[in-house]
Amino acid sequence: MTVAGFAFYVFALTVLVGGLFTVVSRNPVHAVLWLITAFIGATGLFVLLGAEFIAMLLMIVYVGAVAVLFLFVVMMLDVDFAELRAGMAKYLPIALLIGVILLVELGMILGTWVTADGVEMLAAPVAGEVQNTAALGMVIYTDYILLFQLAGLVLLVAMIGAIVLTMRHRRDIKRQNVVEQMHRDPKAAIRMIDVKPGQGL
Amino acid sequence: MVGLEHYLGLAAALFVIGIFGLFLNRKNIIVLLMSIELILLAVNINLVAFSAYLGDLTGQVFTLFVLTVAAAEAAIGLAILVSFFRTRGSIAVEDVNVMKG
Repeated sequence: MTVAGFAFYVFALTVLVGGLFTVVSRNPVHAVLWLITAFIGATGLFVLLGAEFIAMLLMIVYVGAVAVLFLFVVMMLDVDFAELRAGMAKYLPIALLIGVILLVELGMILGTWVTADGVEMLAAPVAGEVQNTAALGMVIYTDYILLFQLAGLVLLVAMIGAIVLTMRHRRDIKRQNVVEQMHRDPKAAIRMIDVKPGQGL
Repeated sequence: MVGLEHYLGLAAALFVIGIFGLFLNRKNIIVLLMSIELILLAVNINLVAFSAYLGDLTGQVFTLFVLTVAAAEAAIGLAILVSFFRTRGSIAVEDVNVMKG
């Protein structure tokens, strides 16, 4: 077995074990950590396939942002996860059944599909000398510029939506009112009292 | 170099694991979202594998957009989850019945 083949099997095992433990682990924090493991394995696979840009994107966006977002939410919400896991044994048979049926179906396709004759490439082929990132940039910023901009729009909408959904103004806590604080003057804020000896206020 | 079928088999297995997780964790929305991420990762592996073996960059461009949509979906889903937890104090799926849809 070549080094690349060995690396493929190591990364594939990482992805599968990470995925499996993501869905079966009882503690959601562990599930998020297994999800990160699966993503790291997939990153290795993408590097093996020569898609370095997508690999680094997966590492930065998924491991760095999405998985950490999951971790934050899991840790912030005070949820009784044991109660949520109670029905797991009940759902296991139907889940296994559907999983095995799907796996058999996909396995039946796997060995038998062929590419039709006369299929044409959609975009520019992978250039030999140019690096993967540069080649992707040449395609994204020319042929797919509209989709690229729309992807940015989707992210903008998602950002605004997430902020609007989670922002709240609490009334029961003390807040700064900058305008009011700046318009205080000594006359209104300080009162001079002439305290008589022996009498107090 | 390993063949294309290896990658397709891996992606199929990961996809099935994601579906399995959807059915196994029917009460826990957080793990449901993570299962969806696994399914999308399987799709991405398929796209990149075809892109590499057919010598066509379109698959990787498409992976880029799938990643974008997946990140947006996770952010929005978790935001809905947080605001739902604030109002109902629970994230169990069977409690999401206010709209009676």
